[in-house]
Amino acid sequence: MQPTTGTQPASFELVSVPVAFVLFLLLAFVVAAQTPDPLMAIQAWTFVAGIGITLGWFAKRYSEGVPEDDRGAYANDIVKAGVVASMFWGIAGMLVGVVIALQLAFPTLFYFDALPELNFGRLRPLHTSAVIFAFGGNVLLATSFYVVQRTSKARLAFGLWPWFVFWGYQIFILVAGTGYLLGVSQGREYAEPEWYADLWLTLVWVVYLLVFLGTLWKRKEPHIYVANWFYLAFIVTVAMLHIVNNLAVPVSWIGIKSYSAFAGVQDALTQWWYGHNAVGFFLTAGFLAIMYYFIPKQAERPVYSYRLSIVHFWSLIFLYIWAGPHHLHYTALPVWAQTLGMTFSIMLWMPSWGGMINGLMTLSGAWDKLRTDPVLRMLVVSVAFYGMSTFEGPVMSIKAVNSLSHYTDWTIGHVHSGALGWVGFVSFGALYCLTPWLWRRQRLYSLSLVEWHFWVSTIGIVFYITAMWVSGIMQGLMWRAYNEFGFLEYSFVETVEAMHPYYIIRAFGGLLYLSGAFIMVYNLYRTARGDVRESEPLTLKPQLAAA
Amino acid sequence: MFNHGTLERHSLLLVAAILVVVAIGGIVEIAPLFYLESTIEKVQGMRPYTPLELAGRKIYIREGCYVCHSQMIRPLRDEVERYGHYSLAAESIYDHPFQWGSKRTGPDLARVGAKYSDEWHRAHLVDPRSVVPESVMPPYRFLENTELSFDAAGELAANRMVGVPYSDDMVASARADLIAQATPDDEGQDAFKKRYPKAEARDFDGDPKRITEMDALVAYLQMLGTLVDFKTYQADAPENRR
Repeated sequence: MQPTTGTQPASFELVSVPVAFVLFLLLAFVVAAQTPDPLMAIQAWTFVAGIGITLGWFAKRYSEGVPEDDRGAYANDIVKAGVVASMFWGIAGMLVGVVIALQLAFPTLFYFDALPELNFGRLRPLHTSAVIFAFGGNVLLATSFYVVQRTSKARLAFGLWPWFVFWGYQIFILVAGTGYLLGVSQGREYAEPEWYADLWLTLVWVVYLLVFLGTLWKRKEPHIYVANWFYLAFIVTVAMLHIVNNLAVPVSWIGIKSYSAFAGVQDALTQWWYGHNAVGFFLTAGFLAIMYYFIPKQAERPVYSYRLSIVHFWSLIFLYIWAGPHHLHYTALPVWAQTLGMTFSIMLWMPSWGGMINGLMTLSGAWDKLRTDPVLRMLVVSVAFYGMSTFEGPVMSIKAVNSLSHYTDWTIGHVHSGALGWVGFVSFGALYCLTPWLWRRQRLYSLSLVEWHFWVSTIGIVFYITAMWVSGIMQGLMWRAYNEFGFLEYSFVETVEAMHPYYIIRAFGGLLYLSGAFIMVYNLYRTARGDVRESEPLTLKPQLAAA
Repeated sequence: MFNHGTLERHSLLLVAAILVVVAIGGIVEIAPLFYLESTIEKVQGMRPYTPLELAGRKIYIREGCYVCHSQMIRPLRDEVERYGHYSLAAESIYDHPFQWGSKRTGPDLARVGAKYSDEWHRAHLVDPRSVVPESVMPPYRFLENTELSFDAAGELAANRMVGVPYSDDMVASARADLIAQATPDDEGQDAFKKRYPKAEARDFDGDPKRITEMDALVAYLQMLGTLVDFKTYQADAPENRR
């Protein structure tokens, strides 16, 4: 089945990627030397450091000849690197999340006059970008590189260029993340990195698309598997959204600041067309691809319905793009656009649940495994959370509901039921599958630690979401409350004061979720090392290396 | 008869189909906003930001104020009573990028201009809990100690490239205008007032000796929502029905 020998990479393939990095290193040196802007200098030096680490890694990897992995039928090391990067950025991003939750709960303890770098306004973009793009992005890179090889029966295309994608993406995260702390921001939610980081990401992303497509072109299966449709939609659409939303004019070619090409109402809808579809294509289409590979694999059952896959794929990607205006209900956006956005958001409920049904029903005939296999349970519960938040979303997109929920913590709770429940759990499930497969271990170090992770995190999510539901709806109602004389009942700050207990509960929920992630990292580390927890018999669930 | 298998066997066909399908929504929803005249109301009073206000806006964006403060008052009874006239599309035509926000951990700021004194803003930014004990806002004490560094002409020129109608005169005098607005007895006062009618010029940070980031941010906050002349704005006029 599995071909045992690949071809030796050509020498130009070995050289081209380091050479490309060196060219960008020189460019970064020039910018660092020329810029009068101290922030740009720091950003350029950060870039230099990132490329330096990358080149050092290349030198170490190839110092004793071409490693075995470069000749294998499948490139596994890059997926391993993606798994490690996912864990690292996941912990980092969630940790920042806990910190900013504590800042809102205890502002006198967690703000420092002398450290504007740690103010909420700078840390929140760091949190959102770290969990979405650094954690989620690395999970998508790792799983897509794994899945496209296995479902195509072909090795990743273009020699070392997949490594350009991996390291280029880490450098983007490094430059963008440290930039946030320094106050480098475009002021566009979920698209805060400035123009030069955006250009770099565009380059990395185009190479990503080419590597993915190149691997498909080498495939030995006549049909492209359904998971790869979703990965393709994710890669292509994110490229489109990223490029259009970040169109801007820099003040100087060696300065950080740029001004968006659009203004006001047009800019608002462009941004939320991007913003909502960062959810739709980054956090949904990409992770549905994970669902379509890992759930059937772990359950050892085929995907429930081929026809449903087709219908839900095309309807999902067509409808999602229209949903952006529901972020702008009752704003200065023309009403016709708001109405269109609401209508399509409600319609979006159907393909979303089509996907959920296809995922859940894949367990037909294997439901008993939910009891014995905590990894499969994690994956399945993620799909249940997906169903829950894709129902809540359309409800909140109804203008009457949105007039209450908008601007409140209800939105934050909704986002986190999707992010923690769906994206987080499906990612954890995939990481629990990938680690023993890649490191060729018979099974995970400990399944009872997976149980602990599952329950600690699930309870954390429940605390988080319920706290945000209560605080969001309460604050929305307080803002619009009138007293018997027809005056507004509450001043704004009274509604802030009322949030205090819920902000504490939210921070506690987030802390539980983070603790769960730490349990996972420990478990996966021991698994990769080849340890097996002795008290658990090996026969509990044999996890043989995937074909 | 179309067979989905064709798409599954041809990766480029699949990519092309995906691109077409995902492009439609954006084209139908966003493109018309650029040419439909009804998108933006006809109002009087809007002018581009002064160099000092633009510098303040840059600080507002740098500090991520938009993650907790909206600048978009919805036409709902309680919001109009709490914050003032609902926001018009015309009020953000020079905003690159827009700062409508999506969350109100703090109150809306679309019309915060001229509601509080400069002293209040300074005290509040330096230590929010000194004036609002229940506040959860971070402190911005460093603003009053940080000298403003702003390439005024370059920033105005970049804004002009994306469509803000700064004249050659405004770009050339950007530095002088910035100084004039923060220095009440400056000799460039008259020229500044001519270029930016009704703009407020005063020592926003209470420190006449230098121009700090506090000057810029307070100048920006104090003009928010004050430009449109609502006496001449007729919400029910047919051209403003949207």
